[in-house]
Amino acid sequence: MQCPKCRAPMHTYNRNGVQIEQCSGCRGIFLDYGELEALTRLESQWSQQAPPPPSAPQAYPAAPVAPAAPAWGAPQAGHHGHYGHKRQKSFGRMLFSS
Amino acid sequence: MTANPLLSELTAKARAKAHSSHKACPCGATVTLADRPDATVVRHAGTVAKAHAPDLTPADLAPRLTTATHLPGILLPPLAATPVDLHGRLVTFWPYGTPVDPEDPDAAPWEAAATLLAHLHRTPAPIPTTALPPMRGPAKAAQAIARLRTATAANPQAAPTAAPPILRAWATLPAWAQAKTPMPDTTTLCHGDLHLGQLVRHPTPHGPWLLIDVDDLGTGVPAWDLARPAAWYAGGLLPPDEWTRFLTAYRAAGGPAVPADGDPWPALDVPARALTAQTAARAVTKAMAEERPLDEVEQALVDACVRIASAPPELAYEYAK
Repeated sequence: MQCPKCRAPMHTYNRNGVQIEQCSGCRGIFLDYGELEALTRLESQWSQQAPPPPSAPQAYPAAPVAPAAPAWGAPQAGHHGHYGHKRQKSFGRMLFSS
Repeated sequence: MTANPLLSELTAKARAKAHSSHKACPCGATVTLADRPDATVVRHAGTVAKAHAPDLTPADLAPRLTTATHLPGILLPPLAATPVDLHGRLVTFWPYGTPVDPEDPDAAPWEAAATLLAHLHRTPAPIPTTALPPMRGPAKAAQAIARLRTATAANPQAAPTAAPPILRAWATLPAWAQAKTPMPDTTTLCHGDLHLGQLVRHPTPHGPWLLIDVDDLGTGVPAWDLARPAAWYAGGLLPPDEWTRFLTAYRAAGGPAVPADGDPWPALDVPARALTAQTAARAVTKAMAEERPLDEVEQALVDACVRIASAPPELAYEYAK
């Protein structure tokens, strides 16, 4: 989907089971109906130090929560899988001041 | 090819130092751990001797060595608090520690690296009796870019198509990140060149992890020390799980480089862009010298530069005025 403000493409992120859309250009966030309430609910549960909420009725399997990435991140940054042999190869490079 | 006289004399120094402290030295062969223009490092038994970069002055090195002697549990302390001179090169002596196994990514000490950095960043600066120079991260990045420019200017026919996007990515950076002006943080103690080769276990082989290499240590923007893993993650080379382990451990240890929760990228964006450009510049310069194409890891870094050049800097990135 396109950002209503700057027309750049929006990317979907999963935050604690809530799908939110963030613009790759202006970093604005779009919430669907009910998502703000869902986030508020999660926040209040967090601040009460309540035990983890019972998992919501699963319409879709809980995806692992992807860590935030910058606007210029690689398409696969933040997504799991697709690392494989490149991981071994790039790991060796992380041992050097390259 | 002539033998490197520095290497043989450094080997003799390491041997002499090892024998001065161990009555019964097992006396195996002396091993060269690194032999680069900016550092030569050899090991004899439990002693490591390092010849530092030719342009490193005693005034720059001394306070960094002093810092290493004052932060046990974070930095590996040197065997002697002052360097010796070997034909104009400063030489320091260190205990040997077990490095990270390059063959075993699953054993990488991400949590230890993050926790050590958080503790370093929380150390009140300056350390007593030292006047630390600025951390050298931006200067090293600028040097890598300058070398890429020199290499492409010297041989325009061989200049790869990869060079322009790296320079465009570099141009998105603020002046401080290009080492043109002082950094916006002049009090936080930083390592300056963090990568997984900068951790060793001491005492070997099962002691705690410690940071080594104080050549770039100084005060500066602490997010720079998180920027290499951040750049590898953003470039699609470091899996999200490992990045999350590193970032979570840094936050759990109270590291000040990023906010305690929420999006860390407003703080990481500029240093990670700089490290991406630096790493890509070094890779392309090296590939040019070796007259070979980029491999897939190097190409991924250049691809990241293409995206950096077309992405506006994080809007939230503003240091408090």
